[in-house]
Amino acid sequence: MHDKAVRRRRAVLVVLVAASLILLTAYYGESSDGRLHGVQRTALSVLGPIQDGASRVFKPVRDLFGWFGDTIDAKDQRDKAVEQRDAYRAQLVKAQQDLAEARQRAQLNTADAEGMSKYGPVDARVYVRSPSTWYQQVQINKGLDDGIHRGDPVINGAGLVGKVADATGSHAVVTLITDQSFATSVFAGDQRHAGSITPAIGAPGDLLYEPVDATANVREGDLIYTAGTTDDRLRSRYPPAILVGTVRRVDLGEGDLDKRIHVQPAADFLQLDMVQVLTNPNAA
Amino acid sequence: MTVSGASVFRLALLGLLAWLLQLTVVSQITIFGVPADLTPLVVAFVGYIAGSTTGAVFGFALGMFVDLTPEHTLGVNSLVFTAVGYLAGRIRELRDPAHGLAPVVVGAAATAIAAVGFALLQFLLGVKAPVSLLLLRDTLMIVLLNTLIALPVYALVHRLLATFLPDDPRRRRRRAYTTRLSPLSRA
Repeated sequence: MHDKAVRRRRAVLVVLVAASLILLTAYYGESSDGRLHGVQRTALSVLGPIQDGASRVFKPVRDLFGWFGDTIDAKDQRDKAVEQRDAYRAQLVKAQQDLAEARQRAQLNTADAEGMSKYGPVDARVYVRSPSTWYQQVQINKGLDDGIHRGDPVINGAGLVGKVADATGSHAVVTLITDQSFATSVFAGDQRHAGSITPAIGAPGDLLYEPVDATANVREGDLIYTAGTTDDRLRSRYPPAILVGTVRRVDLGEGDLDKRIHVQPAADFLQLDMVQVLTNPNAA
Repeated sequence: MTVSGASVFRLALLGLLAWLLQLTVVSQITIFGVPADLTPLVVAFVGYIAGSTTGAVFGFALGMFVDLTPEHTLGVNSLVFTAVGYLAGRIRELRDPAHGLAPVVVGAAATAIAAVGFALLQFLLGVKAPVSLLLLRDTLMIVLLNTLIALPVYALVHRLLATFLPDDPRRRRRRAYTTRLSPLSRA
């Protein structure tokens, strides 16, 4: 009797481990359009509304815990806000001067006066966030039915958030710009130093800016924004002039090539509630 | 544990509730940027309370459910949670620890095994993950947080499954009264 129970227990374990390994191998071996990925997409469309509903139900609980955390962080945030306010005041004075020049230049140029509206923005609500060390993704409540496609850029009021990684009828998964897969061309500061930006490996939430010209004079506080398509043969996924972040720190190495420029993303990924998906990012 | 339709239904409900709570509440409450992780705790305690076979099957099913979300690789969590559920059940079967804080140790060990197992599988699969002290810090923080919430989670899981356990104290008490074996009836 005892031997039979032991044999049954071991058999169950072997079957479950084998099933897991088979699933793992099959999943890893197929393309993103494969059958098992399809099962995940179907599950997303079925479980999405359940997650969405549960997220609404449990929001008061989250807010309660958030309130405790926010109160503790409030003092630190206030000090930082005062520093930022002083910096922005200085920038504002410069911006007003630039604005006056820009108004005159606008009469000569066909400047973009439409803002983001020409990129076909679709408002969406974030209902699941998973900003872990492994997955920098969120899920939103809009999908293919709303004109959203894989690869569409996603922004919020602060700046660039990420891109659509996968979409079903009414839901989509968004990969954040802090994910290891993110990289795009950008400009830095008012001198428009061209370069690229990627996440810093080993430091979630930190981005690294790498200028094309290693001697470019990039300073703390400089704004980093998307360059958009600079060559028609290689179209950028992101429209131009979307704020990515601000230069937080410049680590000087032994030479210009060793310099590491750290960028603080403009969007706060722990406070994402509403985002916009740009469904027509290559609009002229 | 008595396997019946009701017990399977309750286990399924427990798994669904744990998954939803983890996704919508627990993962959003972070300390030093790290949230607790309910799922390995629940799997370990089901194994610890109901036995290694039930623990392994529950771990596989919950892991599979977690893997169904698109950011996960199908099979990774089911493999890790199968091991966690089975090992937790074997601890109970081989040692039967009686100390009241044993669930805390089981919860901490289960979380550590799940975190390390998950990381190992990710590396084996070639995921370009951040390899740094930060990963170690995150893992230690999750173990610490799960250790802190282990007792209430254990109490909840035990309460949900108690009626299906052969040595349920409430059942024993009921039986004692109905069969007139209570010491009080002899007096």
